[in-house]
Amino acid sequence: MMSALLEAHGLQAFYGDAQALFGIDLSLAQGELVAIIGANGAGKSTLLKCLTGLVRTPREAVRFKGEAIGGLPPGEIVKRGLAMVPEGRRLFPSLSVEENLLIGGLAGRKGPWNLQRLYGLFPILAEKRHNPGTELSGGQQQMVALGRALMSNPELLLCDELSLGLAPIVIREIYAAMPAITGEGMTVVIVEQDLTMAQRVSQRIYCLQEGRVSLAGRSDALSREQISQAYFGI
Amino acid sequence: MIEIFLQGILLGGLYTLFALGQSLMFGVMRLTNTAQGDFIILGAFAVVAGTALAGGAPFAVALAVLPLAFGFGYALQRYVLNGTLGKDPLPSLVVTFGLSIVIQNLLLELFSADPRSIETGGLNTQGLALGESLSLGVLPLVILAIAVAATAGLQWLFARTALGRSFRAVSDDREIAELMGLDAKKVYAFATAIAFVLIAVAGALQGMRTTVSPSDGPLLLLFAFEAVIIGGMGSFWGTLAGAMILGITQQIGFRLDPGWGIWVGHIVFLIVLVLRPQGLFPKTRG
Repeated sequence: MMSALLEAHGLQAFYGDAQALFGIDLSLAQGELVAIIGANGAGKSTLLKCLTGLVRTPREAVRFKGEAIGGLPPGEIVKRGLAMVPEGRRLFPSLSVEENLLIGGLAGRKGPWNLQRLYGLFPILAEKRHNPGTELSGGQQQMVALGRALMSNPELLLCDELSLGLAPIVIREIYAAMPAITGEGMTVVIVEQDLTMAQRVSQRIYCLQEGRVSLAGRSDALSREQISQAYFGI
Repeated sequence: MIEIFLQGILLGGLYTLFALGQSLMFGVMRLTNTAQGDFIILGAFAVVAGTALAGGAPFAVALAVLPLAFGFGYALQRYVLNGTLGKDPLPSLVVTFGLSIVIQNLLLELFSADPRSIETGGLNTQGLALGESLSLGVLPLVILAIAVAATAGLQWLFARTALGRSFRAVSDDREIAELMGLDAKKVYAFATAIAFVLIAVAGALQGMRTTVSPSDGPLLLLFAFEAVIIGGMGSFWGTLAGAMILGITQQIGFRLDPGWGIWVGHIVFLIVLVLRPQGLFPKTRG
């Protein structure tokens, strides 16, 4: 049995005195596409922030490639091969499309992803490479945010609400790029509000409800009823 | 009229150098350095002291002060000012204000209240004749040239280099910049280090063109601040334009009455602040 790429044990998280996560157990194998679903406030974004170092966790709570990385600064984590596409895109307004992508490559990791390959995947970005990142449509900005994370050549890519605020046809376009991303063995986690999309593209699902894992299983083995119950906590 | 304009431009060159460091620190990390003027005076006194120790060669001493200023600025940001940054603007204002008081009193202790200047072998009195009735000072022309070069240099740094990209990224969104692997603490320290090189240059030139005394800092801060506000945030060429406008309005004021120069500058500053608080040439952000 292959050892897990990423493991979280009893992961807790606090915002000041308010507890957001109450002991999450999570395991990701290499090459998987895993969806994390849950209602607003369930703790999905908090979980991703814990994994990427934006929220403090105990050192041993998260292991990546066997190394305890909890509480490390985000810069250290991205150097080790874990990158995130943040919720709401959060492109740098003062930077052009190309400059936003180049910043993603700062970690200096070697791998197949570079500007040329990204422009091949999302040709519209090549056309708009010198435009300020924020002058693009929502879907195009999502492509830039995704590309920016890919530029660090991660082994594990976390995507927080890729479909937020986007039209269905644009969401399909973004997800159509997934095979090219996972094709070479990259592990991907998607946090998704779109349950249909989540179940369709992923191999496994974790459902969070009020800071706890309420359901975990293979996407093709879970019924919509099971998922709804776990989602709403009924 | 032409002479007022030209003298105003020359004065604007000096004010540009006072203001660029302020503009840089505010642009990258939203930090208002209330000790800006006092650090400029500190730089001037460093060259005064260095020249006295070396027995001459003020320009060589000034050049030698620059790397010291770089290191000083880096350390100050890294170990003192980084701790004041955050959502609340007050800590950085209070700490830099405290530094302002410390510097003034330190200089008073070391050098007494007597005005000093940096001997340049008469450079500060040399003039360049333009036509029959007009003469421009050589030193002010040199200051203007340095100011334009510094502005162009900063603009190039920000727009065309990886370090400049880092400055813009941490300024836009520190959290996401750190997610990309940028160490915001180090980036801020580099920005302040560069700002302090500009401060040292401004101090050396101020000490060469006129006398400096330990309590001069706050007035220089005011000029720097006014230049940045009139010009608008986010653009170094805007800061230069603001400094030029300030210089020209002060010169107009001086011509009306010798006691009015600085006052007219303040009036124009207030008018800009009331009518167009974002400044005349702000760089708009998305």
